[in-house]
Amino acid sequence: MQQLESLVRAAEAEVSRQMQICNACRYCESFCAVFPAMTRRLDFAAGDAHYLANLCHNCGACLHACQYAPPHEFAVNVPRAMAQVRRETYVEHAWPRALGALYRRNGITVALATAGGLALFLLLVLALRGTLLHEPLAGNFYAVFPHNLMVALFGAAFAWAVLALSIGTARFWRGQSPGPASGASAAEAARHALALTYLDGGHGDGCNERDDRFTRLRRRFHHLTFYGFLLCFASTCVATLYHYALRWPAPYPLTSLPVVLGTAGGLGLLAGPAGLLWLNLRRHPLHGDPQQRPMDRAFIVLLFATSLTGLALLACRDTGAMALLLAVHLGTVLALFVTLPYGKFAHAVYRTAALLKWAIERRQPNRLQLGAD
Amino acid sequence: MHDVLVVGGGNAALCAALMAREAGASVLVLESSPREWRGGNSQHTRNLRCMHDEPQDVLVDAYPEEEFWQDLLKVTGGATDEKLARLVIRASSTCRPWMRKHGVRFQPSLAGTLHLSRTNAFFMGGGKALVNAYYRSAENLCVDVRYDSPVDRLELDDRRFVAAYCGGERIEARACVLACGGFESNREWLREAWGQNERGEWPADNFLIRGTRFNQGVLLRHMMDQGADIIGDPTQAHCVAIDARAPLYDGGIVTRVDAVSLGIMVNREAKRFYDEGEDFWPKRYAIWGRLVALQPGQIAYCIIDSQAIGRFMPPVFPGVRANTPAELSGALGLDVPTFVRTLEDYNAACRVGSFDHTVLDDCHTEGLSPPKTHWARPIVKPPFYGYALRPGITFTYLGLKTDEHARVHFGGAPSDNLFVAGEMMAGNVLGQGYTAGVGMSIGTAFGRIAGTRAAAAALENVAHAAA
Repeated sequence: MQQLESLVRAAEAEVSRQMQICNACRYCESFCAVFPAMTRRLDFAAGDAHYLANLCHNCGACLHACQYAPPHEFAVNVPRAMAQVRRETYVEHAWPRALGALYRRNGITVALATAGGLALFLLLVLALRGTLLHEPLAGNFYAVFPHNLMVALFGAAFAWAVLALSIGTARFWRGQSPGPASGASAAEAARHALALTYLDGGHGDGCNERDDRFTRLRRRFHHLTFYGFLLCFASTCVATLYHYALRWPAPYPLTSLPVVLGTAGGLGLLAGPAGLLWLNLRRHPLHGDPQQRPMDRAFIVLLFATSLTGLALLACRDTGAMALLLAVHLGTVLALFVTLPYGKFAHAVYRTAALLKWAIERRQPNRLQLGAD
Repeated sequence: MHDVLVVGGGNAALCAALMAREAGASVLVLESSPREWRGGNSQHTRNLRCMHDEPQDVLVDAYPEEEFWQDLLKVTGGATDEKLARLVIRASSTCRPWMRKHGVRFQPSLAGTLHLSRTNAFFMGGGKALVNAYYRSAENLCVDVRYDSPVDRLELDDRRFVAAYCGGERIEARACVLACGGFESNREWLREAWGQNERGEWPADNFLIRGTRFNQGVLLRHMMDQGADIIGDPTQAHCVAIDARAPLYDGGIVTRVDAVSLGIMVNREAKRFYDEGEDFWPKRYAIWGRLVALQPGQIAYCIIDSQAIGRFMPPVFPGVRANTPAELSGALGLDVPTFVRTLEDYNAACRVGSFDHTVLDDCHTEGLSPPKTHWARPIVKPPFYGYALRPGITFTYLGLKTDEHARVHFGGAPSDNLFVAGEMMAGNVLGQGYTAGVGMSIGTAFGRIAGTRAAAAALENVAHAAA
């Protein structure tokens, strides 16, 4: 535990050291929100480090522009220092606290969760039907799994994820609250989160991946992933409405709203994660925190697998392999939901919270009166 | 064989390389540093001083030619070539679209630089981002770049460039641009230039270099030996007072300590030696390096109290902190009784009116020598802070004499295929003193001229050879 503590403090101390250098330089002021937020401070306590770390979008622009980047003896690598503290934010604020350690071994966690989820479903299939193969069921999933069972299982997993992440974010927010959010600041934070403003490099040319060249690819792939995820989520919501409000149970025709939303989202969730993985594998060695690449990749792969198995299920729902595919898909989705609060997904809620903090903070007067230099 | 050889890899060199390439010449750039240290001092720069007659993109109001010229005249004390200076000033008004085309991005000025948003255009991300953009553009245009390639001498035929030697390798080209900086990283040369003082000290031994370690002045010395016309005084340099803990090279912007005008400066004898409140810090910034260089041991201490905290740009290293003046002077290694007396004399002499560090206020000392003419407030509120400062050399002014075509001269006669740009000729415009961003204005203007002229000279040679 003590070792853990010193690991956390070391990451925060490194952000503090680097921010002291950046604050005396400020050449990167217009790249993103981290630097103007930094200029409102003279020193960087743990709370500041966590806030700034989650405001950082890991775009890499400040690293390539930095006159103090390695091999300079100051060894400034803001995206890496921030990435390391981000993980500590997740660990420290995790609920239940004991599960925070999962972030440190996330690649393994996700693999185990996926395997476990799949195994659970296959067991259920076998238990319920006696066999995996069956006559075509015309896409009737509920002949394999009763609807109520799925609702209970996924509802519980989803509710758990929402609860755990909400508690974590509330803990993060309490660290140092800049004050109440106005409508304008909330709208601004939402806009920056939804548009990924800070992956534009400050000039609209994009961020850095392999080298000092700017590219818009990461923002685009991230948009495909995020909006693909939202469309899939919307598809599930519509289907739930159909089921309960309209008493219209699945399966739905290919041209129905849930299937169209799910298919479009599924395609986005194939292309986006594939692109993000491709970029992740080719990133400049100084970018981000190499220790966290298993976590990044595990989440990306899980999203891709969710989409791939979902689309395969749609394509083969009228065949005898439906039950098998359904078990694989639902196992993957369960793994995704269960690991949601203990993996890369956490960045979405913490970053949005940090963006909201910044939107509030920047509307307040700056208490520093630095002479023009 | 390349048409144009560019020696150096900073802003001026890249401007020359890009212009020569755009004019149709094949270009080879020889940068002495490895790739990760490329860009010379340009990687530490931040902005470009620009003339403009009306608000333009990132620049507000107007900064007309005459005002720019007067500013230059003031800081150089007349040590400038008006023709070349006006050429730089005019070029500074039109170069930004070209810079943008090659990937340089400008930013609206932000915190701490508001007074510069009228006169200076800031590079988004600073000078290293600019250098990266130019190298990317050079690569796209098929300019050949070689790193780790210091040129140590040239082969000349009378005044004509024939070839450059990079170690044992002889590299021929039809024309050449020299843009490989000054000699500030050459400790021996600095020592020789500054000499020995009346205390028997070699002041330059205590200097820190704010920029690149690669400006050894090898070709500058070589050109002097070859009889090239030289301009400038070897002891003239941009020399500011920086934190004594700064690295020997490449400390850059962060090592400055902006608190001088808010407190007092004492030397190793714990005595004040100059008016800390003479003018705003940006205007007096460049004088303190020289002032400290003249003090015993080339060291001085900036002393402030808690009233100053939050009123100056945060320094990179924390100050030495103490609860009493005696404790502070002890921690700084100064003679305690002398320091306490100096501080008490100063405190007693303060005539505090309405303190305002954003204007030349009415807080001053009376009956104190030297006086502090503005922002004089008693230093009484603990904790107290002290910063040890040393001279930090940004760049040197000794260089090759040139003309409006950026030609290198020998005995008053120009070479027809050897050109010079950047710090290596900045002394023509900037014989002494400094004003923010003017180095980049000179480098950009003369880099572009040198590149264009070198391409023309090279392609003319080709035409002659074909005829």
